[in-house]
Amino acid sequence: MSFRILNAGDTALTIEFGEHIERYLLTAVAALDAALARAIDRGELHGIVETVPTFRSLTVIYDPLLCSRAEIEPVVTTHAEAALRSSAARDEQRRGRVWQLPVCYGDEMAACGPDLDELAQACGLPAAEVTRRHASVTYEVYMLGFQPGFAFLGDLPERLSRPRRSEPRLRVPAGSVAIAGTLTAIYPWESPGGWHLLGACPVPLFSANWPQAALLLPGDRVRFRAIAATEYRLLRSEMPKLRAAAQPPLAFLVDGEADR
Amino acid sequence: MNAFLEIVSPGALASLQDLGRPGFRRLGVPRAGALQPDWLRLANALLGNAEDTPAIEFFVGGLAVRALDSPVQLALAGNFSAAVVGADGCRRLDSWRSVTLAPSETLRCGMLSPGRVGYLALAGVNIPKQLGSASTYAPAGLGGLDGRCLSPGGRLPVGECRAGQQMLRTLPALDAAPIRVVPGPQEDYFTAASLACFLGEAYQISAAADRMGMRLDGPVLRHRPEKGFEMTSDATVPGSIQVPGQGQPIVLLADGQTAGGYPKIATVISADLPRLAVLAPGQYIRFAAVSVADAERAARARAAALHALIAGIGPLVEAGRLDLQAIYAANLVSGVVDARELDPVAWTATPGQDSPPSRWEGG
Repeated sequence: MSFRILNAGDTALTIEFGEHIERYLLTAVAALDAALARAIDRGELHGIVETVPTFRSLTVIYDPLLCSRAEIEPVVTTHAEAALRSSAARDEQRRGRVWQLPVCYGDEMAACGPDLDELAQACGLPAAEVTRRHASVTYEVYMLGFQPGFAFLGDLPERLSRPRRSEPRLRVPAGSVAIAGTLTAIYPWESPGGWHLLGACPVPLFSANWPQAALLLPGDRVRFRAIAATEYRLLRSEMPKLRAAAQPPLAFLVDGEADR
Repeated sequence: MNAFLEIVSPGALASLQDLGRPGFRRLGVPRAGALQPDWLRLANALLGNAEDTPAIEFFVGGLAVRALDSPVQLALAGNFSAAVVGADGCRRLDSWRSVTLAPSETLRCGMLSPGRVGYLALAGVNIPKQLGSASTYAPAGLGGLDGRCLSPGGRLPVGECRAGQQMLRTLPALDAAPIRVVPGPQEDYFTAASLACFLGEAYQISAAADRMGMRLDGPVLRHRPEKGFEMTSDATVPGSIQVPGQGQPIVLLADGQTAGGYPKIATVISADLPRLAVLAPGQYIRFAAVSVADAERAARARAAALHALIAGIGPLVEAGRLDLQAIYAANLVSGVVDARELDPVAWTATPGQDSPPSRWEGG
């Protein structure tokens, strides 16, 4: 395994470890991210605004008035080489918290999962079997992006894997539980979107009032629990209160420490 | 004293923006903030506000605001004129200056031209921050007044007015030079012909332009067949130029999503992104490739030019009156600007250049 350094203008560079979603790439990205955070803390890297970990790369955003590419690239390269060595050595599952999130699937309330029947047909499975399988595995948060608090979760059971919709929806409701490719996710906010909608989750995923703002963080694991429409409506009515609270809804945390 | 500015009409679209909320892209939160941060800084400097004080960013025109029971001091940045309407009649004024509204007076902003973005800064405005910024990011309800864009009846708490009015003695240059880009991160997804086309042809700002991004219309850019147009998502930055399957580029702006799965042919350099972001739909642009080092030099040149403009702020002189001190100051400022020409990067291209910008340079 190696890496490439890609140009992203005069405010960022991207260290790319690979092209696909693979555990060893996630491990290398996390190792480099942590190493750069320590280097910044020690004062070895000036002018870094933030770092953005993804499935397969780390983007380092900097202020060109405070530092230059020529200054940061050698430091970043050294740490990327070290991250590769360390991630090769320990290629284990990353530690994180475990969440159990309730989902009202489309067979309970069609408005919650308008694509469930179509998807079931495409998979050659009854709708109830699609939702059973979707809720049968423990997913890992690979990265956040696209929207505040949008967590890309994987891997989906192989049988449920489908390409994105050919016609993206102009409006996907907030809370929609969706799948595409080998991934599943919950849309925290209403937006356009091309994933298949199976159900809805009545738990807020992001609030500026919480210490970490995002409920799910990279490395966390997530299980889904199917709920009936009545429970969904009840939980949904609680959402504004949960968002206004000073802590995220830790009632859904089934393992691990609240603080990360 | 509780002074308020009331929104009479937001016009096409208006929101509160400061310099944005960096540091949260890893959680999927875009930086947001002013599309033209230099104009925000100039507007705040006209009032003696801190440079990152939130201001009203508005599109197209039609913004109207009213002082309630106390006077409110404002500063206007962008290319527009405005009218102050009160019980005694109406006075007209141009932008790049401050003005004080007496109680019950209304400021009506005219149409922006050229460009699509203007700023109205407010003396002593006080807006709570969320995640370190008051910038409105409406898709997730962050910042602004209750996380929303401004609507009629919205009230912004403001502070004391300063004695007298200030003006900008030298206006920001209208620069028609090509928009400079650094090729990549995914230039290897495109055919050589498409790379040449991207740098050689004119592209038009389409009507699909907002705070998240602008779609450009022009010659179709083709992905290499063996690479395709979908990849595993990686991080984007403001200025990333994504090219989806249909081949029309999209430039991501301040509110643009933090990650994406379309290959990015190039990145607009930080010095030129504000120039691009304020252009109105229908306008044509050309791109020119520069190296990262050249882009960093351009960033410093832009900062120096802004510093010179701010240094040239002085007491308001109404049009038609001669002020020797103002003329003297203006000459001093243009002297500073001329000094920038020693830096070849800031002036690599001439306005209206016809020939295709030369080549793809390495980073």
